[in-house]
Amino acid sequence: MKSGKFWAWVVFALGAAYFFIPLIATVEFSMRMRRGAYSFDAYQIVLGDPRFQATFGYSVLAAVFTIILGVLIVVPAAYWIRLRLPQLRPIVEFITLLPLVIPAIVIVFGYIRMYGSNSPLPFLATDMGTNALLVIGYAMLALPYMYRAVDTGLRTIDVRTLTEAAQILGAGWGTIIGRVILPNVLIAVLSGAFLTFAIVIGEFTMASLLNRPAFGPYLQNVGANRAYEPAALAIIAFAITWGCMSLIQILSRFAPRSANRPN
Amino acid sequence: MAEPFLSIQHVRKSFGATTVVEDFNLDVEPGEFVSFLGPSGCGKTTVLRMVAGFEEPSAGKIVVGGKDITRLKPNQRNVGMVFQAYALFPNLTVAQNIGFGLKVAGMAKANIDARVAEMLDIIKLPQMADRYPYQLSGGQQQRIALARAIAPKPKLLLLDEPLSALDAKVRVSLREEIRSIQKKLGITTIFVTHDQEEALSISDRIAVMYGGKAEQVGTPFEIYNRPATKFVANFVGTLNVLEGKVTDAAAGTVQVNTQEVSLKGKLNGSKSGDMLSLALRPEAISLGRQPGRDSSLSGEISEVHFLGSVIRVRVGIGGNTVSLDTFNSPATPPPAVGEKAEISFSSSDMLVLH
Ligand SMILES: Nc1ncnc2c1ncn2[C@@H]1O[C@H](COP(=O)(O)OP(=O)(O)OP(=O)(O)O)[C@@H](O)[C@H]1O
Ligand SMILES: [Mg+2]
Repeated sequence: MKSGKFWAWVVFALGAAYFFIPLIATVEFSMRMRRGAYSFDAYQIVLGDPRFQATFGYSVLAAVFTIILGVLIVVPAAYWIRLRLPQLRPIVEFITLLPLVIPAIVIVFGYIRMYGSNSPLPFLATDMGTNALLVIGYAMLALPYMYRAVDTGLRTIDVRTLTEAAQILGAGWGTIIGRVILPNVLIAVLSGAFLTFAIVIGEFTMASLLNRPAFGPYLQNVGANRAYEPAALAIIAFAITWGCMSLIQILSRFAPRSANRPN
Repeated sequence: MAEPFLSIQHVRKSFGATTVVEDFNLDVEPGEFVSFLGPSGCGKTTVLRMVAGFEEPSAGKIVVGGKDITRLKPNQRNVGMVFQAYALFPNLTVAQNIGFGLKVAGMAKANIDARVAEMLDIIKLPQMADRYPYQLSGGQQQRIALARAIAPKPKLLLLDEPLSALDAKVRVSLREEIRSIQKKLGITTIFVTHDQEEALSISDRIAVMYGGKAEQVGTPFEIYNRPATKFVANFVGTLNVLEGKVTDAAAGTVQVNTQEVSLKGKLNGSKSGDMLSLALRPEAISLGRQPGRDSSLSGEISEVHFLGSVIRVRVGIGGNTVSLDTFNSPATPPPAVGEKAEISFSSSDMLVLH
């Protein structure tokens, strides 16, 4: 009993060390810019860099649009599949997994071929079009996470009966999705949204090949040319991701008190 | 009969190759409370869902208030429904749940609030307005579901086994409450159940269903005392079935085991030598000879169950066993197993099952 507990702690400590030592080393390194003393100089430089602000702003905006697009596509689709086409679920699940299997670079080259300036759908002819294409690409990259999150949320409610209860009270599809389904899967949608956010903020391949001024290519650029700043950037990116994860945790605690707690 | 308010005419429903409801007919008068009673899988829910609009009949039509609603969508029917699993919206408070249909209909907020308060009064839960469904007991949730269904003043109220998820005590009190609210509002109601006691106790009429058809439609009294088919007789209430053989069709005599009973005028269509099933309700049989009972059979007591106010006795008569109930009387001890006994009954209470 005692020794079992002891070894459990040893394994835990090893795991924690594996995770934290590189992190601590990076933090330590990022603070050594000034000779002989620890300082936040590297962070100051990074945060003060106008290109950091511009690219980060661009990626945040792209993430917001990606999330909106993803929610608009995934929530009605996952809902309809649960309600009317349950036999399609395995197929749809497979399709949503494809972005994990097909490398982003393949998809981007496909896009460039398909949507070039002299194609029938010339997304790439304008800046706005290219931005839109990037958001569409991101929505697809985030699909596996968004779909799974929403589908799991839908599993916790009795979709069919709630739909019928709303229908018989006179509600149409808009009301049903907006007032009954979405609020009950809001937490799931939010966790999908934060995962999407984390993916979009760090994404490199698509943004770079579509030549967009996003945060990912900026990270790469700084990483290739500087010494201390990349470490600071890595820590900042890490903090953002962790911030997202903690927000998911906090939000699910403050969720509309309602959502389906077992009696 | 007055003009029916709800008329279900020759309705059939097939899922693929299997026909689940066949030639179902029912007329319901305004303000009437009709129960669908039947075993699991007989199509009760399916008929109800066709009335609600969740399933489309494969054939036949459904008319409400003179208007054919067969092809209308559920949200255009103005029908209220209560589900077995409550189906309250978990993200809305009790008041918002009850007001849901009113809000969808575009009623002004002040009117919604007034109507919600009125509903909460009717279901006797006035202090619950701001609770969430998960903070309520099953019985309370189902009352909220009832309030939600009737708040928009629907033309019809449909209830699909609304009590089966509740425990026995709540079930009895809530069914009486449902009935009294229904009477007060005068709302035409269909109530699905597989519990015969429930159906018998609160319905104006019962449709006993079997294999997708209505076997018999009638008042609880008719269904219980004059079952039209063998299935209805067996399904509703306890029944003692005796196998008999017609000895003289003209005189109406039937032989049970080795004893003869006379069933004058009840054997229409039977010939001498036919085998018959005769049925008697336990309460139509008494132990020993009683004044006013014209028939008797003798046998031997095979089981005695003392249930308190009632003693259930089983008497073997040849190959048949008959159950009957006698009231406990402190002065006389209950009969003992193995004693010879005579049972008596009125031949007019005997049901001949074809
Ligand atoms: N969507 C469907 N597809 C195929 N078969 C169905 C469908 N819905 C119902 N059935 C079948 O129809 C028959 C009647 O079902 P229904 O739900 O009406 O029975 P019920 O009388 O309500 O039973 P219970 O008392 O168990 O609720 C069942 O055999 C069921 O399997
Ligand atoms: Mg049913």
